[in-house]
Amino acid sequence: MKRTLENIENQFETFQIMNEEGEIVNEDAMPDLSDEDLKEIMRRMVFTRILDQRSIALNRQGRLGFYAPTAGQEASQLGSQFALEKADFILPGYRDVPQLIWHGLPLYQAFLFSRGHFKGNQMPEGVNAVSPQIIIGAQITQTAGVGLGYKKRGENAVAITYTGDGGASQGDFYEGINFAGAFGAQAIFVVQNNRFAISVPVEKQSAAQTIAQKAVAAGIEGIQVDGMDVLAVYAATKEARERAVSGEGPTLIETLTYRYGPHTMAGDDPTRYRTEEEDNEWEKKDPIVRFRKFLEAKGLWSEEEENELIEKAKEDIKAAIKEADNVPKQSVTDLIGIMHDELPSNLQEQLEEYKEKESK
Amino acid sequence: MAQMTMIQAITDAMRTELKNDENVLIFGEDVGQNGGVFRATEGLQKEFGEDRVFDTPLAESGIGGMSIGLALTGFRPVPEIQFFGFVYETMDAISGQMARYRYRSGGTRQMPITIRSPFGGGVHTPELHADSLEGLMAQQPGLRVVIPSNPYDAKGLLISSIRNNDPVIFLEHMKLYRSFREEVPEEEYTVDLDKAAVKREGTDVTLIAYGAMVHSALKAAEELEENGVSAEVIDLRTVSPVDYETIIESVKKTNRAVMIQEAQKQAGIAANVVSEIQERAILHLEAPVLRVAAPDTVYAFTQAESVWLPNHNTIVEKVNEVMNF
Repeated sequence: MKRTLENIENQFETFQIMNEEGEIVNEDAMPDLSDEDLKEIMRRMVFTRILDQRSIALNRQGRLGFYAPTAGQEASQLGSQFALEKADFILPGYRDVPQLIWHGLPLYQAFLFSRGHFKGNQMPEGVNAVSPQIIIGAQITQTAGVGLGYKKRGENAVAITYTGDGGASQGDFYEGINFAGAFGAQAIFVVQNNRFAISVPVEKQSAAQTIAQKAVAAGIEGIQVDGMDVLAVYAATKEARERAVSGEGPTLIETLTYRYGPHTMAGDDPTRYRTEEEDNEWEKKDPIVRFRKFLEAKGLWSEEEENELIEKAKEDIKAAIKEADNVPKQSVTDLIGIMHDELPSNLQEQLEEYKEKESK
Repeated sequence: MAQMTMIQAITDAMRTELKNDENVLIFGEDVGQNGGVFRATEGLQKEFGEDRVFDTPLAESGIGGMSIGLALTGFRPVPEIQFFGFVYETMDAISGQMARYRYRSGGTRQMPITIRSPFGGGVHTPELHADSLEGLMAQQPGLRVVIPSNPYDAKGLLISSIRNNDPVIFLEHMKLYRSFREEVPEEEYTVDLDKAAVKREGTDVTLIAYGAMVHSALKAAEELEENGVSAEVIDLRTVSPVDYETIIESVKKTNRAVMIQEAQKQAGIAANVVSEIQERAILHLEAPVLRVAAPDTVYAFTQAESVWLPNHNTIVEKVNEVMNF
């Protein structure tokens, strides 16, 4: 038995294209991206890092609400999203707001989502996504369903979902990847292994040496990727997408990454469960630092360009917060109105009651 | 018109909607080739193909989550949970997810999902097959809970449920599946959701029931008639939301009421109905509104089942208490 396990685990090597120095170490796997594409990926990662810094500040000022920091995970989040088409459907976890933004959710609505306002959940027409999932793993079985729906309709599109290393312990994770495999759903399951489910290290989640190998039991493809290498994440997702739409089945992608910040802004203190050494080690792998080196070596990026981008990002974020501030507060009558298609009698009565209360 | 059992009427409703709407999909454990463990989906896979009527892996949470995903791509899923006692496995998919999706999309998306499931006592099942869990479901905003008591209503209510754009929990009492036949139109028709039915008119006391207990209430009403008590019997049909208009109208006439449910007494539908009656009609009441319900233990599967379950005798006893108050 042990031999079988070892054989399987040995096959899950970490896929990398660009090392920590920004050097291409796997030329054969280099994706076909134009210079403009490469720059766009960098712009998105830098913007998202600034958005994270601003969001943390806004949260501390009491102006944001629920927020799960993203710094460190930009390559995993944005490299995979960049491989998608507009028709693809995103079912995100609670940390995956950046993918929604780049898929078409206006920034002010992302802020409204943080504030718990229902208007933050209204995807604009044509943006195929749902709001970030709060229950860990619930989105995974749903992704199997969207991927099966796309297959039934003959759509040239995939469903993609995101969870973390903790999410891969949930029953819904196993049910979701198993259903997707059994039905040949057009689906991609991304597990961003940032090493900690709040405080519990990934070593305590499972005896499995990789999360990617869990694909084997579901009879689907699995790959472990350097989640700080945006080119590798992009290439792996692109390939998974091709496979899914050409009827070759779903893929599980594990990205090895790290969140620099706390789990959320609601009082988590990472010093209780992580060492400074570990933090420093991961910061050396930073996705933006290494991609900047890569782009600079190609003559595609400058400090000046990045500074301009950062200033512009700060302005955009400021404008979006202002726009969010201008949206009228959600009322109880708003909430009653979006519970059902046809309002049941109990809520009809309560609607009248709250209309009166809220008119005062 | 054809004579149909309740299960035949249920199959007929699904066939009708599979024909009417290509987005309707039927799936679950054993529902395809095997036609369901109770044969509710008998012949449907053969008639409509594996693309629309299909077996799933054995995992209820997966079935619930997959239903949501299919609804997100425009389908109208009609999944089966093989026995409703298995619903605990998929509580998050139902209460944490599909019931909230309209809200969670700011009203832009809908979950037109009808979860069908057998439940109910008196048929000697193992543990966690017979439990009446409609009270759990009724507490979840965003869901409707429908329980037919006869073949005619079963067909009309199931068609209405499938056409409804919000999730419906459609619970089928196992004891009623084949216990009697009645005339059911072969053509399509609907029975309104959220509307109770007066099954028997009376002037002295209102008996409120749903599912198999409607028949116990009717039997009790016959016995009471012999003793000179005229009982009105109301079949709730939809237990969430409850049609209080019909109940209150009846109670204002009879001034007495007994609420009957097969489920345990604690919390649940009956407790809610009793509260609403006293909130809305206390000055019309001549006696406290009493409940007939099962004791607050786990379901007494196989052993002591006949004593545990309420029946027409326990209903008559409660009505006599109310009449003699």
